[in-house]
Amino acid sequence: MGKIQLRQVRKSFGDVHVIPGIDLDIEDGEFVVFVGPSGCGKSTLLRLIAGLEDTSAGVIEIDGADATHLPPAKRGLAMVFQSYALYPHMTVRKNIAFPLKMAGLSEAELTKKIEAAAKVLNLTSYLDRRPGQLSGGQRQRVAIGRAIVREPAAFLFDEPLSNLDASLRVTMRQEITELHQTLKTTMIYVTHDQVEAMTMADKIVVLNAGRVEQVGSPMDLYNSPDNLFVAGFIGSPRMNLLEGPEAAAMGAKTIGVRPEHITIGEGPWSGRVVLAEHLGSDTFLKVDAGANGIMTLRASGGVGLGHGDSVTFGPHAGKIHRFDADGKAMK
Amino acid sequence: MARAVTPQRKLLMTIAAWSVALIIFFPVLWMILTSFKTETSAVASPPQLFTADWTLENYADVWNRSDYPRFFWNSVVISIGSTLLGLVIAIPSAWAMAFVPGNRTKDLLMWMLSTKMMPAVAVMIPIYLLFQKLGIFDTKIGLILALMLMNLPIIIWMLYTYFKEIPGEILEAARMDGASLGSEILYILTPMAIPGIASTMLLNVILAWNEAFWTITLTTTKAAPLSAFIASFSAPQGLFYAKLSAASAMAIMPILILGWFSQKQLVRGLTFGAVK
Repeated sequence: MGKIQLRQVRKSFGDVHVIPGIDLDIEDGEFVVFVGPSGCGKSTLLRLIAGLEDTSAGVIEIDGADATHLPPAKRGLAMVFQSYALYPHMTVRKNIAFPLKMAGLSEAELTKKIEAAAKVLNLTSYLDRRPGQLSGGQRQRVAIGRAIVREPAAFLFDEPLSNLDASLRVTMRQEITELHQTLKTTMIYVTHDQVEAMTMADKIVVLNAGRVEQVGSPMDLYNSPDNLFVAGFIGSPRMNLLEGPEAAAMGAKTIGVRPEHITIGEGPWSGRVVLAEHLGSDTFLKVDAGANGIMTLRASGGVGLGHGDSVTFGPHAGKIHRFDADGKAMK
Repeated sequence: MARAVTPQRKLLMTIAAWSVALIIFFPVLWMILTSFKTETSAVASPPQLFTADWTLENYADVWNRSDYPRFFWNSVVISIGSTLLGLVIAIPSAWAMAFVPGNRTKDLLMWMLSTKMMPAVAVMIPIYLLFQKLGIFDTKIGLILALMLMNLPIIIWMLYTYFKEIPGEILEAARMDGASLGSEILYILTPMAIPGIASTMLLNVILAWNEAFWTITLTTTKAAPLSAFIASFSAPQGLFYAKLSAASAMAIMPILILGWFSQKQLVRGLTFGAVK
C-alpha cells in the first residue's frame, strides 16, 4: 500500500512561507510528478513527505495513519536523491544491503534480495565495486537498487536524472517508468523538466510559489490548463499568449494557442520569420507578428520558410484557450 | 592566469623555505647536539654548536637517575586517553553543529574557541583546588579530564570543519534507509571522516604530549608525564644543560618520530577545507 494524503500542510523558514498550505491525495500505485520552476517548493514538499523536514502545520497521512511527526525511517518510504547520495566507502553490495542491515534481516535474506535487485537493475557484475568506480547511470541504478530492496510503501525521487547527460536521461526515464509498471508501487517524482513530467506521470502536480496550481493527468493539463501559469508551463515549446483586441474579441483578457495548433499558410494572423529552428522532424518558427508580439509556430521538418520570410497563419478551430483578468481559464 | 615560476624564483623560494625551516628547527637541533656534550662544553663561552668530546653519559645519567619508563607510560596514557575521550564527546557535538545547526551555533563555536585565548594561569587556583577536593589531583584520570577539556574546542573545530565537507544528503539517505542517529554516526559519518578524525587524533596526541603547564601543576609524582620529567632536571643547585637536553630529547623523541611519520596526514588535516 502507498496512499499518501496531505491536509493543509505548511512549511515556513522563519518569515518565509515556502509552502503556504497544500491539500493533496496520492493514490496507491500512482506515479505522481511534482513539477514547477526552481524555488517553487517541490523539493521541500517531497522532503516533508519523506520526513526530512518538519512541517510547520498540517497533517501527512500514509496509508491512513498520521505520519506527520514520524522520523523518516518509520514512514516506510524510500528516496532517491539528485546527487545519488551513495555511501562512498561501501561497495555496491554494501550500499544496497545497508537498509536491509538496518532492518535486521538475516544474511541469507540479505543476499537473496541484493541479488534480485542487482538482476533487475543490471548491476550484478558491479556488486563489488565502489560508487567512485561507476558511471553516472550505474550510480543512479545503485541508488534505485538501495530504494527497491526495502519494498517501501512509496518511492520518492528528487530530480534523480538532472546530473545525467541527455541520452542517459532518456534511457533512465524509460527504466524508471518500466520499474513502476513492474513494481506497481506509488512513486512521487520531483522535476523541473516538464518533458519528464509529461512522459512519466499518471498524475502531474504543478506547483508555483508553494501553491498547487493544478493537479491532473498529463493530457488534462495539456488540453485544459486551469490558469495562465499551467498553460505557459506545460507544453514545449510553450503556448503563445495574446492580449489586446484579439483576446477582447473572444471575450477574454488573454488567449492562448499552442504552436502545434496553428495552421501555416492561411488565417487571420501574419508576420515575418525571425528564427527557424530545424529539428529534423519539426521546424519551430519564431514569427514577429506585429501587435501580437513574437509567436512560435510548429511546422513540418521540410518547411521551406527561413529568416525574413513572410508568413500567414491562424489557430485551429476549437484550440484556443481563454483566460480572464485573474489568469483563470474560461471554460 | 597562473604566474610563471622561473628557475631563479624557484631557487629563491627553496632557499627561503629551508631558512625558515632551519630557524624553526634550530632550538631542537641545538638541544639534541647539547645532549651529547659534556656539561663543560654545553656552557662554553662563546657557545659551540659542535664539540670534540661527544658523550652518551648524559643519557645514561638521566636513565639511571629517574624512572623514565613510568613517565613515558603516563604520557602515553594521558595523551591517548584525553584524545579518545575528547573524540567520544566531540564527534556527536561536531555532528550536531555541522548538520543540525541552530541560530547560535556559530556563536557557540566562537565562544569555545575563545576559551583557548584565556590565560591558563587565570584558572589555575580554582582548578587546582577542584582537583584536590575531587581527589583526582596527581591521577592519570584527572589529567586525562583536564587535557581533554583544554583541547576539546580544537577537536570540535577540526571535526566540524571536516563534517561540513560531507554532503548532508548522504546522511539523509542513511536516515531514509532506517539508520538511527547512532548508526548514522557509526556506519556512515565516522568511516567517511576517518582522514579527518585521524588528523585530529594525531594533532591532539601531540598537543597533549607537549602540554606542560597543567601536567606540572596538577601532578607531583604518580601521574607525572614526560613534561614533568624534564622539569625535574631543573635542580635547585643550578641547570645542568647537557642532562636537561638529554632528558628533553628523550621526552620529545617519541612524539617527534610520530609527527615525522604522520606529517602528510597532519598537513592534510590542518589545511582541510581551506581550498576546494
